[in-house]
Amino acid sequence: MEKNQLHRQIAVMRQSLFDQGYLDEQFVQLEELQDDANPNFVEEVATLYYRDSSRLIHNIEQALEKSPLDFHKLDSYMHQLKGSSSSIGAKKVKAECTQFREYCRTANGEGCMRTFQQLKKEYAALKRKIEAYFQMVRQAGPTETACSRK
Amino acid sequence: MENGFSSPRNNDTFPAGLRVLVVDDDPTWLKILEKMLKKCSYEVTTCGLARDALSLLRERKDGYDIVISDVNMPDMDGFKLLEHVGLEMDLPVIMMSVDGETSRVMKGVQHGACDYLLKPIRMKELRNIWQHVFRKKIHEIRDMESHESIDAVQMMRNGTDHSDDVQFLSMEDLTSVKKRKDIENKHDDKDFSDTSSTKKARVVWSVDLHQKFVKAVNQIGFDKVGPKKILDLMNVPWLTRENVASHLQKYRLYLSRLQKEKENDLKSSFVAMKHNDPKDPQGSFGLQNLMNTHQNDVVNGGYKFSVNNVLVQNVDPTNHESESIVSEPTTEPKRASASRLPDPLKTKNSQMVFNHSFAPLESEVNLTAFGSTIPTNYSWSEVPDIQFKQEHKPLIQPENGFSKLPVLDPPPHIHVDQLQSIPSISSKPTTIERGITGPIKSKPQNIEYGSNQVNCVSSTVSTIDSFQIRPDMANHQPLEPIYTNSSSMKTQIFNLSCLTDLESTQRTQTLGNGSPYVSFDDELPVLFQNDCYGMNLGLHNVEFSEYNAAGLINEVPSHLCDSLRIGYEYPCDPTEYSVIDQGLFIHSMT
Repeated sequence: MEKNQLHRQIAVMRQSLFDQGYLDEQFVQLEELQDDANPNFVEEVATLYYRDSSRLIHNIEQALEKSPLDFHKLDSYMHQLKGSSSSIGAKKVKAECTQFREYCRTANGEGCMRTFQQLKKEYAALKRKIEAYFQMVRQAGPTETACSRK
Repeated sequence: MENGFSSPRNNDTFPAGLRVLVVDDDPTWLKILEKMLKKCSYEVTTCGLARDALSLLRERKDGYDIVISDVNMPDMDGFKLLEHVGLEMDLPVIMMSVDGETSRVMKGVQHGACDYLLKPIRMKELRNIWQHVFRKKIHEIRDMESHESIDAVQMMRNGTDHSDDVQFLSMEDLTSVKKRKDIENKHDDKDFSDTSSTKKARVVWSVDLHQKFVKAVNQIGFDKVGPKKILDLMNVPWLTRENVASHLQKYRLYLSRLQKEKENDLKSSFVAMKHNDPKDPQGSFGLQNLMNTHQNDVVNGGYKFSVNNVLVQNVDPTNHESESIVSEPTTEPKRASASRLPDPLKTKNSQMVFNHSFAPLESEVNLTAFGSTIPTNYSWSEVPDIQFKQEHKPLIQPENGFSKLPVLDPPPHIHVDQLQSIPSISSKPTTIERGITGPIKSKPQNIEYGSNQVNCVSSTVSTIDSFQIRPDMANHQPLEPIYTNSSSMKTQIFNLSCLTDLESTQRTQTLGNGSPYVSFDDELPVLFQNDCYGMNLGLHNVEFSEYNAAGLINEVPSHLCDSLRIGYEYPCDPTEYSVIDQGLFIHSMT
């Protein structure tokens, strides 16, 4: 019974990530890649994403402090972050990246700043939610991950 | 039979084992792509830096079948990598990016990307990437036959690895196709499996070096460019003419790749014609394999053509030896081939080619290239040595027939007679030729040449008889106990099987080995034609001597074959005449 409840909780939580627009189908793709060879594949990928993207965000933060903003560089960074965010299906983060790049194109420093703050918020929110989700999945045990799919 | 894609895998499992190099600075995507590709049963190598990818590719020239690269990488622009890969390894490259901007996609395509995937990439997209490998190989076959075959020829001369690759690839394609289509694979794969060969060290064409090269090419003018001239202009002391020639080939391939698609129509028509031949069961058989491979894409009609011709001609010499029986079977296939092809087209093509060739004949480049052929010969010489020696006699016979043609001696065989008659006819080769059939094909060219310079031809022919052709023939004999047309078929098949076996060891090696075999069938006719060319040019003496020195005639004939094929096709594409000219050069030179 407890286990079943846990499963249900996991499923609900997972669904909410989609419903609230944090994740897109790419996340499902990752889940489908998970198999016996990589039973924690999704979590591994997400961890990798957060490790790598934090470096990128740090770079962007620094670039935004430069007095004349180097929009080309910012765009390039943001392009990377967008690509990376697309890997786990971080939908909201990706959307902010797109917006940010739009401001880069129009050399809108103000817009860039604002968007970047929003981006960081979404980025952190997703991280929180997804970490909680993975923790629950881990609790449910390796076989439960299969149940949580889709 | 082994598949070239990964040595230990079976061809039947293609595309499983496809060796994919993934380059992306994003570790997350690298991990995902690796997993996806592995799920597709591909062999995956991942690489976080474009530079590393390039060095990986350079270290293992034949270690990968396809490259997937991100567009934006900090250490090197993905487009730059794409360019390098295109020039140095000639591998299909798939670009990927989150950015679907048309201009960027266009840029990728312009730089030679075979596909442009948008992130997030789905597994179904990756599952299909083998098609690019497959398509590219098919294109390479076609290219060899067409103008690009000239490149292959040059490369062969140069003795560079690349030529091997090209031929090899084509062979692989054939084999793989065969397998996939369950065409008779009964010929044993194992016969040649143990061959081993060594690869030559390659020159790494750095960006600087390549820019020097491009500069030199532009300075000379693309139409007149030759390895020697480029080498002089580049002024890089350690660079050899062969290096330059090889790179020039790749460069041409690279440029031509962009406008390849235009050529297809005419070729397709040719192919169709050939496919229809009901008459040669045997000859067609060997050809069919080739045809099958090509079917997906429009293959060069010329190529198949040449094959047919070659086979027929080869058969003839063998038949001569066998004597009475031989004459009939050989003639039939020849006729069939001739009937298939529209003679006027052929003759025209050949003529066109000739004309073109004449102008450039004088250039020095060809001669140099010749010398280069020797190294390549060595690589594969190991395998076929024994066979060659044995078969010297049969090869000679065909030669004799040719020599007779100019001389007008009484030919013992029917074939010879036909040939002889042809030279006289030379003014109107097309009509006569049609009647004559396959063997005539080579002849018409000769005739035309003969009209230009009959004397030269006769002299050259005699010389030719003595040398290289024999080795090629020799190969045929061991392979084919029977001299009839069917035998020729067998040889082709044999070659294919050999190639497959070889593939397992190493592509390069196999290439070397395979190329000679493959070429054999083709070579005989080609050689003749080539000889004729050479004679016309008056260059034959020099070339011949070089051939002898090389001792590996096989390669040369293959080149010639390619060039001939090219010639056929070229008339269709006026834009590529320049290339043709060069190819002609080669022919003449050889």
